[in-house]
Amino acid sequence: MAVLLDKNTRLIVQGLTGREGTFHAKAAQAYGTNVVGGVTPGKGGTTYEGWPIFNTVHDAVKETGANATVIFVPPPFAADAIMEAADAQIALAVCITEGIPVVDMLKAMTFLQGRSTRLIGPNCPGVISPGKGKAGIIPHNIVREGRIGIVSKSGTLTYEAIHQLSKQGMGQTTCIGIGGDPLIGTNFIDALTLFAADPDTEAVIMIGEIGGTAEQEAADWITREFKKPVVGFIAGQTAPPGRRMGHAGAIIAGGQGTAAEKMDALTKAGVHVVKSPADMGTKMKEALGR
Amino acid sequence: MKIHEYQAKSVLARFGVPVPRGEVAFTPAEVSEIARRLGGDVVVVKAQIHAGGRGKGGGVKLAKSAQEAEEVAKQMIGMTLVTHQTGPEGRKVGRVLIEEGLQIDRELYLSILIDRAAEAPVIIASAAGGMDIEEVAAKEPEKILREHIDRGAGIAPFQARKLAFGMGLQGGAVNRLVKVLDSIYKAFLETDASMIEINPLILTKGGDLLALDAKVTFDDNALYRHPDLREFRDITEEDPLEVEASKFSLNYIRLDGNIGCMVNGAGLAMATMDIIKLAGGEPANFLDVGGGANAEQIKNAFRILMADKNVKAVLINIFGGILRCDILARGVIDAVTELGVPVPIVVRMEGTNVEEGKRMLKESGLKFTTADSMGEAADQVVALARGGR
Repeated sequence: MAVLLDKNTRLIVQGLTGREGTFHAKAAQAYGTNVVGGVTPGKGGTTYEGWPIFNTVHDAVKETGANATVIFVPPPFAADAIMEAADAQIALAVCITEGIPVVDMLKAMTFLQGRSTRLIGPNCPGVISPGKGKAGIIPHNIVREGRIGIVSKSGTLTYEAIHQLSKQGMGQTTCIGIGGDPLIGTNFIDALTLFAADPDTEAVIMIGEIGGTAEQEAADWITREFKKPVVGFIAGQTAPPGRRMGHAGAIIAGGQGTAAEKMDALTKAGVHVVKSPADMGTKMKEALGR
Repeated sequence: MKIHEYQAKSVLARFGVPVPRGEVAFTPAEVSEIARRLGGDVVVVKAQIHAGGRGKGGGVKLAKSAQEAEEVAKQMIGMTLVTHQTGPEGRKVGRVLIEEGLQIDRELYLSILIDRAAEAPVIIASAAGGMDIEEVAAKEPEKILREHIDRGAGIAPFQARKLAFGMGLQGGAVNRLVKVLDSIYKAFLETDASMIEINPLILTKGGDLLALDAKVTFDDNALYRHPDLREFRDITEEDPLEVEASKFSLNYIRLDGNIGCMVNGAGLAMATMDIIKLAGGEPANFLDVGGGANAEQIKNAFRILMADKNVKAVLINIFGGILRCDILARGVIDAVTELGVPVPIVVRMEGTNVEEGKRMLKESGLKFTTADSMGEAADQVVALARGGR
C-alpha cells in the first residue's frame, strides 16, 4: 500500500499544454500513472500529444472521471487553478508552481475550507508512490519500492534522502514534497497522519527547514500520536536571520523559526534528528535496528 | 522587498493612516529648505536605511532651526550608520527624512503579517511601543495582543475595540484606532505586503494617532502586479553581487565565509551550507541555481561566485533530477574554461545521468576534485580552502 496515489488514480494536468506540463505529463505516464487528460482554458475540444484537452476542470472530471490533478500553471493564475480543482471536487490537487503571491494563497486556503480536496504544495515537487504512480516532478528513476515514507519541504533534499535510503538498501512507500511556501495545503502533521494509517510504512524521514513553526507543531503531535520511528533533518542551521533562503517560507523572522529550536523540539519528541544532511540514510538504518 | 521609512509612510498615507508632515532630502541644502517649509519649533532628521535601531546609532536627531537641521544633515548624509541590524560594516546614509516634531503622550505598537500556523493575517498590538517588540514579547508576553482576521469578515469592529482598550486607549482615540486598523488591513491586502509595522504609533497630547515610524515589506512574488511599488527599490541598500544575481534569476545570498557553493534547490543549498560548517568551514554564499539551470546560468553563477574575493574554494553540489548531470557537467566545464576559475573546485553530483557527467569532468583535462557523497565533498572543500587561493 502507499498513500495518496494508487492504481485507481486518474490524473489530469492543469497546464498540460505548457512546456513543463507536457514534459511531466509524459514522465508520469511513462512511469505508469494513468494520465487521462489536460486542462488549458481556450483549448478545450482539442487533442494534445494524444490527450483530450478541456476548457475547465469541471469538464475534465465529467468526461474522464479524474480524481487527481497536478497544477503547472504560471504563478499569477495558479491560486485560481487550485480553487477550480477544489470546486470540481477533485480529491487530490498537487500544485508545483513556485512564486504564488501569499494574498492569492490566502484566498485559496479560505476557499478550500469545508471542501473535500486535499491540496499538496504549492512550490513543491509533488508526490510519488514508487511502483504505483506519481503526480509531480520527482524523478522516478531514483526511487524504489519499500517501506519508508518521506515528507519534506524541499525537493532536492528529498532526492538526497531517497538516494541515501537506496544506498542502505531501503525503498519508499510514498514521498511527499509539501513545499517551501508560507501557506501550504498539506503540512507535516497531515502527511504523518497518512503514514500512521498506512500499514506498509514502517518509518518516516521528515525534512524541514527554517521559518515558521510547522516542525514544532509536528513535534508536539508526534509526541502524542505518532508511534513509528522518525528520522529528522532541518536545513538552514547556518542561515542568517532576516534573509529569505530561496523558498518564500524559509526565513528566520523576529528570532523565530530557527533550525536550533526546531531540532530541539523534534529531539524532545523522540525524533532521531541528524545534524548532517549526509546522515539521513544511516540514521534510518540505526533507528530500525538494522 | 524592503523599502525606506518615508516610502512606507507614503504608502500608508495613501490608505488613510495619519503620518507626520515631512519630506525626503538627498542634500543638506534640501534639508534646510524642507525644515523651513515645515516650520514649528523643532524638526526631526531621520537617516533612511533599510535597517532598524537607527536612533541608538545616531541616525535620528532633533533640530531647532532650519540651519541646525542643515548642520545635522551634513553629518548624517554620507555617514556609515551602524545599528544592531546592519552588522558591523554598517550602511551608508544616502537620504534623510525631515519631519515635524510632535508632542508625544504615549507610544504604541501595531503590526500586521501572516500567521502561517493559523493561515490568516494577524494584527499584533501593544501598549509598549517604541521598544524592540521581540524583547517585549520575550520579557512581558502579556503585553502583546493578537487578533486574527477572518477573510470574510475583515477586521470586525469588536476586534478593533478589543485591541484599542487592551492598549489602554480611551475616548476618541478608540475610534481613531479602529480607523487605522481598517486602513492598514486594506493596505496589507492591496499592496501585497508581507508585513506592515508601525512602531511607534503615537498618541499625541492633542489625542491624535500618528505613525511616527513605519516599516513595510512587500511579497516579492506579487511585485509583478505593482509597478508603482517596484519603483521603491533602492539597490544601493542591497549587496551588488545579489543585485547582479537577481538579473539572472539566481537565488544568491552573500555570506561571510570563504567556500563558494553552487547547488540546485533551496533546501539542498541550505543543507550544503550546514554540512560545510559541520566540516569546520564557512560558506561564502547561498546559491540555488534552480531545477532548470542551463549552461548560460551556470556560467553566470560562476562569475558571481568568483567576484567574491573571499572565495578560496568552490563546492558544486547537484542532485540531478530534471537537471541532468551531463548538462551540468557541460556547463561547469565551459564556465571554468572560459572564466579560468583560479580556485579548487569540488564537484559532487548524483542522480540522472551521473556516470556520463562524471566521465565528462574527468576527460575535460581540467582539475576537478570529485566526491561521492555530501560528507566527503564537504571535507574535501574545507581542506582545499585552508590550502589557500
